[in-house]
Amino acid sequence: MDKPVNQRAWLLVLPVLLIVAFSAIVPLMTVVNYSVQDTFGNNQFFWNGIGWYQELLDPSTDLGGRFLDALWRNLLFSALILAIEVPLGIAVALSMPRDGWRVAATLVVMALPLLIPWNVVGTIWQIFAREDIGLLGWAVNRLGIPYNYTADPLSAWVTIVAMDVWHWTSLVALLCYAGLRSIPDAFYQAARIDGASRWAIFRNIQLPKMHRVLLIAVLLRFMDSFMIYTEPFVVTGGGPGNSTTFVSIDLVKLALGQFDLGKAAALSIVYNLIILAVCWVFYTVMTRMDAQRD
Amino acid sequence: MEQTAQFGEQFAWMAWTWETAAFFAAILGVLTLLTVLAVRRPEVERDGVLGIATTRGDRLFITLLGSAFIHLAWLGLIGPDLHYASALSLLYAAAVFRWV
Repeated sequence: MDKPVNQRAWLLVLPVLLIVAFSAIVPLMTVVNYSVQDTFGNNQFFWNGIGWYQELLDPSTDLGGRFLDALWRNLLFSALILAIEVPLGIAVALSMPRDGWRVAATLVVMALPLLIPWNVVGTIWQIFAREDIGLLGWAVNRLGIPYNYTADPLSAWVTIVAMDVWHWTSLVALLCYAGLRSIPDAFYQAARIDGASRWAIFRNIQLPKMHRVLLIAVLLRFMDSFMIYTEPFVVTGGGPGNSTTFVSIDLVKLALGQFDLGKAAALSIVYNLIILAVCWVFYTVMTRMDAQRD
Repeated sequence: MEQTAQFGEQFAWMAWTWETAAFFAAILGVLTLLTVLAVRRPEVERDGVLGIATTRGDRLFITLLGSAFIHLAWLGLIGPDLHYASALSLLYAAAVFRWV
């Protein structure tokens, strides 16, 4: 027997479709259009074919060199913050209280950095790390360690990495804490009966249970750090020199600073493709792990 | 020229060219085809070489993303003649739809 099919529910999806069209599809199509043309403003465009892409992928050109440098900086930054935030987040989660009033207090404190707008985080650290009036910068210099993020690339990197760790370690910790809370007490009781060491409990009970949330944490932190813009822009503006110019910062310089819309569009497309590909790999790995578990 | 006039001044900022319009029309065409196929011949997800269940839509996504990288890699490593890259992408698409 044929059931009556009512397709009217599709109408309810229309508003979302319209919003997505205006916020994502139309801009994306425009960027694709720009990436194959050149413009001097006034809505006049000249066909350039794959010219910008060719320049972008050739490290010997100015654009290609800039892109490659910024990409390496981005990857280094992501690797650094992941290497710090993930172990630190696990350690924090393991030392968080498991019951009582302290749980609520800890959760609130942990959530605080996550609630601060990114440009405010940047401003806080820009002042905090200043050598003349900032508590951190002043104290470090008083200890005899030369530290000036406006002139020294190493100081600038330390500042933005520390800022990101301060801002986002709580996210990793909270995700891990959620994973830890889902472990039934029976697991720990069994471990105690077996006389398992602290390390054995962590390795065989806690880490496997945190596996999934950790993967989500790594995915979120990687994508976020790979697309980072606001905080380093506020603190260092990409400097000193170009030492903290990440792809997104370079993109804005190209598009809005130099008004090279064609180059910027080609860079956007490639940047977007890289992010899509990484997302897809993470998604595939996660789905595969789920499939194997079932 | 007429086409540009049809879009009007309001859409001039989108800087349409017939090449990019054809590109998006092709993607739209494939999406429409998949929709029609989904209605006419509903599919079952299948596990391929990646070890994950994929639908036709997933395979299209993998194809498009992979093809973009094939073209970029060709442009960056070999040269600006992208016809071979397009041919390679077609082979890749066939392989994805067959085995993934």
